[in-house]
Amino acid sequence: MNSKTESRAPVSQQALRVQQPFDSSQIGAMVTIEINEKKMQVPLGTTILEACAQNQVQIPTLCHHKDLCTAGVCRICVVEVDSMKTLQAACAFPITQQIKIKTSTEKVRKARRHIIDLLLSEHYGECYTCVRNKNCELRSLASEYGVDGFTFGHPEKRKHDIDKSSFSVMRDMDKCVLCRRCVRTCIDLQEVGVLEAVGRGDQTHITTFMGKPLSEVICINCGQCVNRCPTGALYTNDPSDDIWRAIDDKKKHVVIQTAPSPRAAICEEFGMAAGTSLTGELNTALRRIGFDRVFDTNFAADLTIMEEGTELLNRLKSVVVDKDTSVKLPQFTSCSPGWVKFIEHFYPEYLDHLSTAKSPQQMFGAVTKTFYAQEYNINPEDIVTVAVMPCSAKKFECNRPEMDSSGFKDVDYGLTTRELAKMIKEGGIFLPEMPKSGFDDPFGEASGAGLIFGATGGVMEAALRTAYELVTGREVPFEKLRIEACRGFEGIKQASVKLKNCVPDYTFLEGVDLKFIVAHGTANARQVMEMLKAGELNDVHFIEIMACPGGCLGGGGQPIPTSPEIRKKRAEAIYAEDESMTIRKSHENPRIKYIYEKFLTDGPCGHKSHKLLHTHYTKRGNFIV
Amino acid sequence: METMQIEKTSRKGIVLFSEYVAGSAIRKAVKIGREEVLFELRDSKLKGRGGAGFPTSTKWMITAAASAPKKYIVCNADEGEPGTFKDRVLMMEHPEIVFDGMVIAGYTIGAKTGILYLRGEYYYMLEFLENHLSGMREKNLLGKNIIAKEGFDFDIQIRLGSGAYVCGEETALIESLEGHRGEPRNRPPYPVNTGFMGCPTVVNNVETLASVPHIIMKSGKWFSEYGTDKSTGSKLFSVSGDCENPGVYELPWGMTITEVLDIVGAKNTKAVQVGGASGICLSHAQFNRKLSYEDASTGGSIIVFNESRDILHILQNFMEFFVEESCGQCTPCRIGNVKLLEGVKKLRNGNYTFAEIRNLRELGQTMQVASKCGLGQSSPNAFLSILDNFSAEVFQYTSSDKHNGVNNE
Amino acid sequence: MLIYERNSLVDEIVDLTVEYGKERSALLPILQTLQLRHKCISDFAQQEVARQLSIHPVEVYSVISFYTFLHPESQGRNIVRLCQTISCDLAGKCYLVKAIERELGIKFGQTTKDKRIKLEFTNCLGMCDQGPAMVINERVFTKVTPERAVAILNEVK
Repeated sequence: MNSKTESRAPVSQQALRVQQPFDSSQIGAMVTIEINEKKMQVPLGTTILEACAQNQVQIPTLCHHKDLCTAGVCRICVVEVDSMKTLQAACAFPITQQIKIKTSTEKVRKARRHIIDLLLSEHYGECYTCVRNKNCELRSLASEYGVDGFTFGHPEKRKHDIDKSSFSVMRDMDKCVLCRRCVRTCIDLQEVGVLEAVGRGDQTHITTFMGKPLSEVICINCGQCVNRCPTGALYTNDPSDDIWRAIDDKKKHVVIQTAPSPRAAICEEFGMAAGTSLTGELNTALRRIGFDRVFDTNFAADLTIMEEGTELLNRLKSVVVDKDTSVKLPQFTSCSPGWVKFIEHFYPEYLDHLSTAKSPQQMFGAVTKTFYAQEYNINPEDIVTVAVMPCSAKKFECNRPEMDSSGFKDVDYGLTTRELAKMIKEGGIFLPEMPKSGFDDPFGEASGAGLIFGATGGVMEAALRTAYELVTGREVPFEKLRIEACRGFEGIKQASVKLKNCVPDYTFLEGVDLKFIVAHGTANARQVMEMLKAGELNDVHFIEIMACPGGCLGGGGQPIPTSPEIRKKRAEAIYAEDESMTIRKSHENPRIKYIYEKFLTDGPCGHKSHKLLHTHYTKRGNFIV
Repeated sequence: METMQIEKTSRKGIVLFSEYVAGSAIRKAVKIGREEVLFELRDSKLKGRGGAGFPTSTKWMITAAASAPKKYIVCNADEGEPGTFKDRVLMMEHPEIVFDGMVIAGYTIGAKTGILYLRGEYYYMLEFLENHLSGMREKNLLGKNIIAKEGFDFDIQIRLGSGAYVCGEETALIESLEGHRGEPRNRPPYPVNTGFMGCPTVVNNVETLASVPHIIMKSGKWFSEYGTDKSTGSKLFSVSGDCENPGVYELPWGMTITEVLDIVGAKNTKAVQVGGASGICLSHAQFNRKLSYEDASTGGSIIVFNESRDILHILQNFMEFFVEESCGQCTPCRIGNVKLLEGVKKLRNGNYTFAEIRNLRELGQTMQVASKCGLGQSSPNAFLSILDNFSAEVFQYTSSDKHNGVNNE
Repeated sequence: MLIYERNSLVDEIVDLTVEYGKERSALLPILQTLQLRHKCISDFAQQEVARQLSIHPVEVYSVISFYTFLHPESQGRNIVRLCQTISCDLAGKCYLVKAIERELGIKFGQTTKDKRIKLEFTNCLGMCDQGPAMVINERVFTKVTPERAVAILNEVK
C-alpha cells in the first residue's frame, strides 16, 4: 500500500468537503439558521447534527460515529429542511446557507419509526439472549421512538451462520443493521481492510474477502469494529464459562492478572462516568468471585521494559559499536498483539525490527507457570492463568502455538473488560461498592511505568524512564517524570532525547540523540511503515505502535461506546494513577529486582529470559488463500 | 446467427430528429462564445431529460463559474429505466449530436475531458461509438485546438457500466467511475461543486446534451416555443407494451396521454405507466393528463397495458426490479422495497389485511422522503399510484381464491 | 492454479494497469476486461488487482459483487441473459423461459452440466420496443420467439 495523505474511504463515506470561498474559521463566517423556530448562529459548514447537539436538540443516530467519517445510510437522523422536498440526513448535511430546520414533525417522527420498524424486520434474534442486551443502540432507539410491535414482521429463520472461526471476534450477521460502522472502522480508521459491504439491494451484507471465515483472512483481531457496532452483530469470543468451570474446579489454581486499561474503564460498565480507576475494588471483587490469586499485569509490564529496553540498548550497541548490519533499527515495540499481526500480514519483511520481547500478558503467563509455581510449590499443570485485557487480540495471542515456553499454554484465557464486568455481575457484585484491597505477592508490586502502558505513548515513556537512567545514571529530565512528548492523542508523535554524560558501560551512546516515534491505530502504523520503507526513518531508534486508537485504553475489549472524549478520560485516569504511585520506574520495582536475582539470573535478555520471555514471529503475508 | 438489427430509419422530428450537420454547432458555439451559449441555454429553458428536470443552464453556469484546475463533463448513458430506450436510438442513429453537445458543454464550462458512461448492456455500441469519436478526432472536432481554436482542448472517453441500474443516479455514476460500488453520495455537496475526482462535474443525460447543438443552431427562443411554458422543447418518448407501433417518438411536451396512445396505435388500454418503474401508473380516468414536468413527468418511458393485463403482476415485476436494483445502502430503500414486494404478493394471493396495506402505504410515503437518492425516493411511486388508481382490481382477491399469482410467471 | 498460469495472469494485470492506470478509477475497466477474457475474476486475480491498485482485496470483491456483470467465479462458457423487465415480460418472456428451461433441462440461475450455458435473468436491456430481448455474452437478440431462442442456444458453443 502506498503512503498517502488522503483517506481511502469511498468519497461517499468521507467527511464532507464543502466548497468554501474563504477559510471560515479565519474570519469566523457564521450562518443564521432556525432549529425548531429558534434562531441561532452556527459556523459555516457545521452539520445539522452538530448544530442540533450544540443547541440541546437531540437527534437519534445509528450509522453516525464520532470516530468515523460520515455515511448517511441509516437515515434515522432525518430532519425537515424548509427549502427541500425530501427529508435530509442531519449527520450528512452541511449548513451553508440560511435554512430552517424542524426536527420533530409528524413526517420526521413517522420516518424514524418506519426506519426502526424496517431494521427490526430484518434483525434476527431476541434481546434477552443477546450479548448487547441493555447496551444496544437499536434497542434504545426502538424504545425511544415507541416501537411497540413488529409492524413489518420479524425474521424467524437465520440467513447467515455465525462466524465463530476467530479466537477473538465473532460475527452474527443476522443482527447486522448495515450501518457500516465496522466497514468504516476496518477500512478507514484502521486501514486493515477485512470487512466490506458485499452484494447489492436486499442481498447486501457485510463480509470478508470472498466471504471467508474471519480466521482465514487478514483480520488483526483489534476488535475496533466490535467497539463501534451498534448491535450484537459483532462481539468477542467469551471464555467466561470456561473460567467459571476452572474456578469451580477445586483442583485448579486460578490466577488472574489485570491490566491497567480495564481497571480504568470497567467503571463504565457499572454506570459510572468514564475516568475512574477501580483497581482496589476490582481486586476485592475478583477474590470474592473465586480467583485464587490476583496479580498486577504492570509487574509484567515492568519486566517487558527491562527486556525490551535492554534489547534496544543491545541493538544500539551492535549497530554503533560492532557495526553489525544484520541488527535492525529502529526497534518496534511488540506489546500490541493487533500490531504484531498487522506487521506479520502487511510488512513481513520488517519483522526483524520487531522487538522479540513478548507482551506483558504472555510474560506474565510464562513466569506464573514457572517461577511462581516453583516458589509456591504448585504444580503448573493445575494453574489456570486468566488475563483481563482491554483487548480482543490478546485472545488470539494467548492461543498462538509458540506461546508455550513454560511447557504449558502460558496464558489460558484472555478476558476482556466487558466480559469481566459480566462475570462480576454474575457473581452478584456491584463493583463500585467493593472495599479496596491490594494485589497478591509475588507479583503484587508494580511501578507507574507499567501502568501507563495503557495509553498511547506509555510504553515509550516507561522505556525512556528506565533506559535514560540506565545509560546516564540520572532520572529523565522531566518534571514529575512526565514525558509530555509521549502523551496525547496525536496520530504520530515524534521526539528525541539527548544522551549526555553516559555511565561507563554506555559511553558509546554519548551525545546520541535518541529518536523515537509513537503511533497508535494501524492506519498511523501503516504511515510509519511507509515512511520506513521510503527510508525516512533511518535515524530513528525506537518506535512504539499500538494497534488501537488511543492505545490499549481504546482497545477492542473495552466498554462500549467509545469516543475521543471517553478515551481522553480513561487516559487521565491512568496518568493520575501513575502519579499516585511511589515507584514510577520499572527498574526500581523491588519485585523486578527480586525475579532477576532469584530466577532470571542471567539478567535481562539473558539465556533464560530469552527462552521464557522472548518469542518469534510468523511471516504471514497478505495473500488470502 | 442473427444479431440485433440496427434500424436506421430516417426519423423526422421537431428538434432532435431535425436536420443537423455534424460539427456545425461546435463552430457556432465557439464563434458566439461561452456567455452566449449559456444565455441561449437559459432562454431555451432546457431541463434535464433524465427525469429529474433540473435546469441545464443552471448546472452549466455553476460549473462554468467554479474555479478549479480540472472540470469534467459526463454524459449519462446508463439508460436503465424499464421501458426507456431513447438514448440507444440517439446514440446509434445520431451520435453526432450527442458528442457535439458534449464538446459544446466542455467548451462552455471549461472542461478538458468528457466521459460517456455507457451502460454495460450497450456494449455492442462501443465499437461504433469509438469509431465515431475517431472520426471526430480526424476532423479536429476533438483533441487539441479544436476547430483550430487555440487552447480549446477536449476529448471524450467512453467508460462502461457493468449492470447496475442505480449507476444512472449521477453521484452513483461518479462513484462507479471512480472505481467504487455504485452507491449514491450524500448531497450536498452536488457534483457541480464536488464531482468526479472531487472536481466540478456536469452530469447530463444523453438527450439533454443532444438538445444542445440544436439550441445553439436555432436559438434558445426557438426551442422554448415548443412544448409548454415550464416544459419547453420536445421529448423523446420510448413507447413499449401493448400498442401497434412501439418505438421512439419525438413529440412536443404537453401532449395528453390519449393523444400519444392514438399515435402509437394502442387499443383497449387499461393503464399507462409513465416514467418507467420509478414512475406512476395512470388509469383511464387520467389519460387526459399532460406529459410534462409539471404534470405527468417522465424521463421518456411510456409503457402501455391493455385490458387483459393483471395490474398486480405488473406491480410485482416493478417491485422485484427495485429489490434487486436498490444499491442496498440506505434503510428505507433496501428493506422498504422488500416489504412493498411482500405486500404485493399478499395482495395477489388475497392474504392481506387492510391494516397491513395502510402501513405499507405510509411506508411508501416515508420512502419517498427519507431515502438517500432518487431511486429510493421514486421506487414506491408505482406501488402508491396503483393502489390509488386501481383499488378495485388490487383488492379483488381473497385468500379463498385459488389465485396462483405469487408465481413469477 | 498452476504457477505459470498465475504468472501470466499477473503479467496480464500489469499490462492492464499500464493501459488504464494505477488509480482506483481504473478498477472497473480492468475488472471488465478480465471478466471479458476469462469469464470470471478469480480470487487470485482480485488480490493481484488490489495489489496493483494499492487497495484492499475485499474492496475489489465488494465492487465485483455490486455489479451484475462481474463474477468472482466462472459461471459457464456462455452467459445467457433474458430480460425480465415489464415490456419483455408483456411480450411473452414466460414462454421463452419455459421453452429454454425445457430444452436445456436446467432452470434460470443454473448452469448446464457441461458448463456450456449459464441462464440468468437480467433487468431492462433497453430493447423494450423489440421484446422479448436476450443477450448471449455481449450479443443482443431481439423479438426472440421460443423456437428461435432454442435454435440460437443450440448454436452456442
